[in-house]
Amino acid sequence: MDFSLGDDRRMMADSLSRYFADTLGWEARQAAAESEAGFSRDMWAGLAELGVLGLLFGEEAGGYGGSAFDAGAVFAEVGKALATGPFLGTLLGGNILEAAGEADLLGEVIAGSKILTFADDPAMDSNGVVTDPVKAVKEGEAWRLSGAKGVVDYLGSADLIVVTAEADAGWASFLVEADAEGVERRAYPLVDGGAAGELTLEGASARLLVSGEDAISKARALGLVATVWEAVAVMEVLRDATIEYLGTRKQFGVPIGAFQALKHRMTSVALEIEQARSAAINAAAYFAKDPATRDRYGSAAKYTAGKVGALTAEEAIQMHGGIGMSWEMPLSHFAKRLVMLDHVLGDEDAHMARYLKLASAA
Amino acid sequence: MDLDFTEKDEAFREEVREFLNEKLPKRLSDKVRQGQRLTKADMEEWHAILNERGWLAPHWPVEWGGTDWSVVQRFIFETETAMAHAPRVVPFGVSMLGPVLIKFGTEEQKKHWLPRILDGSDWWCQGYSEPGAGSDLASLKTSAVREGDHYVINGQKTWTTLAQCANKIFCLVRTSKEGKKQEGISFLLVDMDTPGVEVRPIKLLDGDHEVNEVWFSDVKVPVENLVGEENKGWTCAKYLLSYERTNIAGVGASMAAFERLKEVARTTRRNGSALIEDSLFAARMAEVEIDLENMRTTNLRVLDSVGRGQTPMAESSMLKIRGTEIRQKITALMRRAAGRYAQPFLDEALEGGFNGEPVGPGWAAPVASQYFNNRKLSIFGGSNEVQREIIGKSMMGL
Ligand SMILES: Cc1cc2nc3c(=O)[nH]c(=O)nc-3n(C[C@H](O)[C@H](O)[C@H](O)COP(=O)(O)OP(=O)(O)OC[C@H]3O[C@@H](n4cnc5c(N)ncnc54)[C@H](O)[C@@H]3O)c2cc1C
Repeated sequence: MDFSLGDDRRMMADSLSRYFADTLGWEARQAAAESEAGFSRDMWAGLAELGVLGLLFGEEAGGYGGSAFDAGAVFAEVGKALATGPFLGTLLGGNILEAAGEADLLGEVIAGSKILTFADDPAMDSNGVVTDPVKAVKEGEAWRLSGAKGVVDYLGSADLIVVTAEADAGWASFLVEADAEGVERRAYPLVDGGAAGELTLEGASARLLVSGEDAISKARALGLVATVWEAVAVMEVLRDATIEYLGTRKQFGVPIGAFQALKHRMTSVALEIEQARSAAINAAAYFAKDPATRDRYGSAAKYTAGKVGALTAEEAIQMHGGIGMSWEMPLSHFAKRLVMLDHVLGDEDAHMARYLKLASAA
Repeated sequence: MDLDFTEKDEAFREEVREFLNEKLPKRLSDKVRQGQRLTKADMEEWHAILNERGWLAPHWPVEWGGTDWSVVQRFIFETETAMAHAPRVVPFGVSMLGPVLIKFGTEEQKKHWLPRILDGSDWWCQGYSEPGAGSDLASLKTSAVREGDHYVINGQKTWTTLAQCANKIFCLVRTSKEGKKQEGISFLLVDMDTPGVEVRPIKLLDGDHEVNEVWFSDVKVPVENLVGEENKGWTCAKYLLSYERTNIAGVGASMAAFERLKEVARTTRRNGSALIEDSLFAARMAEVEIDLENMRTTNLRVLDSVGRGQTPMAESSMLKIRGTEIRQKITALMRRAAGRYAQPFLDEALEGGFNGEPVGPGWAAPVASQYFNNRKLSIFGGSNEVQREIIGKSMMGL
């Protein structure tokens, strides 16, 4: 048994941590998160230069990592710095490119010269009903995609979009150029900073990447690992900030942490976060097993992160009192990100339901 | 035992419904239902409509422009207006300062200030909290020094809700540093146009400007603006807190929010079926609904004892705790119902009259912001932890 990240990964995580600390101070983070693109292009270029994006992919694809723990280590730093940017789209879309053997294209993404995103979630209409699912049709040798995808990360900045779609023969993933004809993008900001967009395709020309649903499921599964590691890192920031506040904020002449009502609740939060960290480790450790096992641990982790995330965010705000609700405090933005991560790749309930299914089949 | 309202109360409910049908502008109820921002003019408009009917301050005595409604009738009124998506009455003048003046004010003060609350001449805000004095309110430092026929105020208040709309602020200030800290506090009425008063906005986590800092430097306030006796302001402050709060549980607001949630859960589809048929989501909804139904009866039981002349203390703390928890759970379910569409932030969709294309379900636009904003419910008005302290002391002697 070994719970260390390993030297190489630790080194990369440390240099990423330093990079964020140097270039993404709080004001820079806020400016980037609130900008139209929702992230800083300079930061992205800097990350590419550092080689960080390569850690997300295997050697054959031009990277030097590609394991679930590699993704976890990167996303933990993203969470700690509350960085915004097309991290998830790069990981998921890139994973499909990797599966398709598109090393050249992926090379451009790793080098930061192309921004990649992953369009998977269906769009919903104004009533909350899935609308216009994306269909793929073959015309001669070429593919054309039509339909809509919802809340696609950093769509407005993307050069390349990996789109999941249903063809006659079943699900497959395709590559669409963002500026191709028939591609319509509506970009908007997100409540926790950053940006996304609605994607509408009308006979957009596409390239088939991988047929079948397996590669898509694997990419989603890797996304779960990354998201959960990010969430746990955000939880730890909130935990540390709240513990510090409990020790310094005085009311009734004593630090508020002296009130058992708060102290015991804070210890429960800390305990739950340890559980969430273990769930994240489980998800990464079982990622390479058979899909059923992988998905069971993925769902267990996402469920845990959703539950503990809401608890941590709510308690951090509550124990800070009024100041916990102010925009000025980084804390409130960490809390928003943490709660919103529950909405990415399926929430607590969705993963409990999937876990129940997988567990009864196991 | 019998949970039905009397015939008289049912007739009253009809009267309230008719009034709302006729007088509540659809433009306002649409905004409230859709979670859009209310402007100062919107709130003033609704106050004026209520005032015209004599229903703006039902809990005031008739001689000052209130009503002779029973506590049950007040409950019915609160519930019906909330269910109709009427704007909430801004509490600071009507529900906070009004009762204090009626109890502790001089005849002149009542005559001067009470009508101005009703007719909208004054918009009050509440200057209690300070950076160093939140839960421990009695440790407040903003000072008022008597100089001739004036007090001179120096210091800072914070978290002052809607101070940017207000022309008046009622403040707790320190007039003595001797003895127990509760015994050197006075209750002062301040005109915000006085030189030396400065309002600085605070942005909340949802991006909205709802609260402010209010700074005082050498602000001169005439001594006749003192309410009650000098150094006895804590009595006014406590009265405000223990003042029979029939609506503290916000049952009406929760019922309205829950109806909206049900509506949404019926239309929204997840994995091919309505969200309301999703067993996990349905269980979460049922849990809140059961709690809310229980709370409604708990609330009515408290009202019944108030009607029989008892003063609730621990009971109103219980209503506050559970009432705010229920409100928070409902907004959490709304964000959950929106799925990924909780995340897009469309500022323009939060403005009334928005008729652009929504992103995803139109109702999803405000849900994340409301969820985050509603964290305040368990923080202000005496945090839920402080309410538990009150229950422990006053009900259990612990
Ligand atoms: C949106 C909003 C609007 C507001 N509007 C107004 C307004 O209009 N006017 C006004 O005067 N104030 C207003 N307030 C201020 C509000 O009343 C205070 O935030 C509240 O009293 C808590 O004080 P605090 O923020 O200083 O937190 P603190 O008192 O520092 O509390 C921090 C944490 O410690 C807990 N705590 C404190 N003491 C104890 C104890 N003895 N035992 C257990 N736990 C304890 C608290 O419950 C809280 O969780 C508003 C606040 C908000 C968030």
